[in-house]
Amino acid sequence: MQSELSGILEHVDRIQSLDLSEVEPTSHVVALENVMRPDEPRPSLPRERALEPAPDPYEGAFRVPSPNA
Amino acid sequence: MSANLDGYEAVIGLEIHVQLRTRTKMFCGCELSFGDDPNVHTCPVCLAHPGSLPTLNEQAVRYGIQIGLALGCEIAPRSIFHRKNYFYPDLPKAYQISQYDIPLARNGRLGDVRIHRVHLEEDAAKLIHVGESGRIHGSDASLVDFNRGGTPLVEIVTEPDLRDATAAREWLQLLRSTIKAIGASDVNMEEGSLRCDANVSIRPAGSQELGTKTELKNMNSFRFLERGIQAELERQVALVRAGEPIEQETLHFDPRTGTLTPLRSKEYAHDYRYFPEPDLVPLAPTQEMLEEARAALPELPAQRLERYQSELGIPEAQAKLLAYDGELGDYFEAAVGAGTEASATGIANWVTGDLTARLREAAGEDGEVHAADSRVTPQAIAELVAMVEAKQVTAQAGREVLAKLVVEGGSPAEIVEREGLASISDSGELEGIVAAAIDSDPDAAEKVREGNMKAIGPLVGYVMRETKGRADGGEVTRLIRKQLGLD
Amino acid sequence: MSIRELIELSAAEALRRITAGEISAAELFDAYAAVPDELNAYLWRAEPGAADGNGAGAGAEGPLAGLPLAVKDIFCTEGIATTAGSRILEGYVPPYTATSVQRVTDAGARILGKTNMDEFAMGSSNENSAFGPVLNPWDKARVPGGSSGGSAAAVAAGLAPWALGTDTGGSIRQPAALCGIVGLKPTYGAISRYGMIAFASSLDQCGPLTRTVTDAALLLRELQGRDDRDSTSVGIEGGVELPSREDLRGLRFGVPRELGPEAEGIEAGVREVFERTLRRIEELGGELDECELPHSRHGISAYYVIAPAEASANLARYDGVRYGMRDPDARDLTGMYERTRGRGFGAEVKRRIMLGTYALSSGYYEAYYGQAQRVRTKIAEDFRAAFERFDFLVTPTAPTVAFELGSKTDDPLAMYLNDYCTVPVSLAGIPAISIPGGLAQPDGGGPELPVGVQVISPAFTESKLLDAAYALEQAIGFDARPPGFGGGEA
Repeated sequence: MQSELSGILEHVDRIQSLDLSEVEPTSHVVALENVMRPDEPRPSLPRERALEPAPDPYEGAFRVPSPNA
Repeated sequence: MSANLDGYEAVIGLEIHVQLRTRTKMFCGCELSFGDDPNVHTCPVCLAHPGSLPTLNEQAVRYGIQIGLALGCEIAPRSIFHRKNYFYPDLPKAYQISQYDIPLARNGRLGDVRIHRVHLEEDAAKLIHVGESGRIHGSDASLVDFNRGGTPLVEIVTEPDLRDATAAREWLQLLRSTIKAIGASDVNMEEGSLRCDANVSIRPAGSQELGTKTELKNMNSFRFLERGIQAELERQVALVRAGEPIEQETLHFDPRTGTLTPLRSKEYAHDYRYFPEPDLVPLAPTQEMLEEARAALPELPAQRLERYQSELGIPEAQAKLLAYDGELGDYFEAAVGAGTEASATGIANWVTGDLTARLREAAGEDGEVHAADSRVTPQAIAELVAMVEAKQVTAQAGREVLAKLVVEGGSPAEIVEREGLASISDSGELEGIVAAAIDSDPDAAEKVREGNMKAIGPLVGYVMRETKGRADGGEVTRLIRKQLGLD
Repeated sequence: MSIRELIELSAAEALRRITAGEISAAELFDAYAAVPDELNAYLWRAEPGAADGNGAGAGAEGPLAGLPLAVKDIFCTEGIATTAGSRILEGYVPPYTATSVQRVTDAGARILGKTNMDEFAMGSSNENSAFGPVLNPWDKARVPGGSSGGSAAAVAAGLAPWALGTDTGGSIRQPAALCGIVGLKPTYGAISRYGMIAFASSLDQCGPLTRTVTDAALLLRELQGRDDRDSTSVGIEGGVELPSREDLRGLRFGVPRELGPEAEGIEAGVREVFERTLRRIEELGGELDECELPHSRHGISAYYVIAPAEASANLARYDGVRYGMRDPDARDLTGMYERTRGRGFGAEVKRRIMLGTYALSSGYYEAYYGQAQRVRTKIAEDFRAAFERFDFLVTPTAPTVAFELGSKTDDPLAMYLNDYCTVPVSLAGIPAISIPGGLAQPDGGGPELPVGVQVISPAFTESKLLDAAYALEQAIGFDARPPGFGGGEA
């Protein structure tokens, strides 16, 4: 994995040599602005559906090992 | 609580999170929860199911712009969202959609404090530590409730312009009432719709450099905020005086014990690897959006403060109390506008003084009662003040009337009539009582005649008792002196 | 009609016959459902007879009249397991359906099955699936391409008339080329991404894999459109016209030097088919000339920074908390994250997550992610400049024909270089189609295998692109079928 990553990085590093200081980085592909949604409620999932895929559902919640453990 | 900082100056900045009063979450159409059962307001988006995408709540944007304008900020002509990446069970996407180097608003001011930035982001879910009862494989468990996850937040960061803990508390109260006036949030610290962290450092008085700062988190009341900051300032001063360095760390203040403990923060030394959120497009508030937001702003506390002082002549301390508490200010204005002869300064005096004190007494242990929720209507207090100013009742009698109003409501004039509290305006009656006072205490009378004015006390007291406080103290003194032949 | 005859029909032809009452959608569905899948193209398949039960309303109504459709397992389908080719989502059943899938099933399509794919769409050979590689119906010892390898193989082998796939750096076009079918990546934003499991958000697009250009147009027409659940979607203004062009007169075609037949690594056979195709363009009246896309030679470098960076964030949600796999032996939270992701993700996915995390990390962001996004801006500019002189650009889709299974798995970089003709198009967000240009042998000899030709056009000009591609397709007249067609020997 290590050598593969190094090889890839070497190739990718080629772009370092380009002088692109005057160029704007692309941050958004579509030329859209202000796409918003009205503050109107949409139906939520019934709780059983929300918990169905859970690996460890418990009392209506998603149980996980405690971060402080 | 002024800081005795031993030649050091406090440098305090605040970082505030406000939950917005929208109907739905920041990036999906789930409704906001108010103490509902866990996980009843979730969907593929706020549960971060594979393939889900965020969509921006337009009302959250409107509130964000209004808050930015109310804080005197420049609204960015174009701002974007960023992903803030870290792992934690309350963060379902393992990134928070927030704003990074191009926030919604910047460079504002509220009162004496400059605002560094205002931006939009989403709240995390709620983690409930189950502890003993949830043992799995021998370790403790936590439960995650995603109802709160995705609630719209506005984050406000100030410059470190505050210089003591009390000022921090007062400024936060001003911020709270400003946002409350806009209607953007309940801004309730106990409920979590207003959260405040403080960045605290000290430096030698007069120095321009900044010392190492610590962060105080999770102070959930104004009092705790003030006490926590004060405790931290004192701790830092003690360290510096002992020649010890101040660690940059995050601390938790326990108000019961008054101690500060370092938090093993999930964010220590974290690289959030911010990058622009590709699933959302930039926000470029149009002229229309800005004007609409601005037009919808009500008179804000800072503006009220100015108006109360300059137009109504209310002294600063009282003006602050009335302006910073939106409801109290509204109450005050209603009283001023009630069509009585009462002066604005008089009303201000009574509202911020006796009324507030009486209501606090009546509320007792349970906390605050707001004037607007009390039985004393603005009309009633205005009428009472007018009566006092017209000397129809003495101030003391007025306080008795107020006490009755607090308990039963009603009209001051009726209470005065019923209880017989009207000032004695018939000087004949008063003259008679004064004479009786002099007769009852010849020793005191003699002393007064001889020029010892301190001895007038018992005589005045006699008259006041007899008249049940309905005589004007100044008038009584004048009559005593006259009857004793002094003037 | 026999099963063989049914599955040889293009979607458009089948539609015509269904509408004319000559065949029923149900019998067409059952014919496809009965074809043996010896290519591991499907991860889940509907039973014959299931036509009316899955993914759509009752009856074979709507413009797609009950036509069966294969769907890449990257699209969430409510009630049907969706894995994205990964162990970490094994058994995951989405509570919702992707908008693109919903649109086509609302239009009448019926889901035949979920096709195999490179894990989380990361790959060019479909060898990165947690559920085994897909085989190429032209030669089962070879790859079908990726990441939409299952969809491409299914369409080429008569296991589906058409399929949905996704393309991030070439994942529709390249497998289409290697399997001898048509694959279209539309303009970024033409089709909703809601419900499409994300790999690289600013690059991923849904698109059709079909037997003919007309079929691609038919499917695109139903797929495209603004979705209020996807803020980056705009649809195609004016919709999609079905193609009808008979020649290429008056159209100017540019051949980018950097991506053309003289570029490094192009097999002789591919070059030959490509040049023959260029002659055909001229015969049809098209004008040909050379052009330059100077920054396209950096496309792979930029892509393999941007895509993994976005992927590292998009795949962070697979943490075992709310759905999918959770390692049962984890003792604490960190262990849960590490073991779940360590066991749930394959090597290529891990590689890209690491690359991506590195590219975004403090101190490296500007040099990697920032710089890559600047290269991307220049690549887009190069295309825009080229489109001032040309209506279309044309390149080979892939530098080689289908390669042998396992021949590039030891060298990820060699695998990445498969994409260098397709990746610049993705970075620019513009549409491109791959159509079969002919057959050729690989360098070093072997069976004759399909060669794809890529035609590229400016943003949101899909109707024109399909029109030109149609004329070329008709002139080329590629009608070969793989030996593995219909489940036969290959």
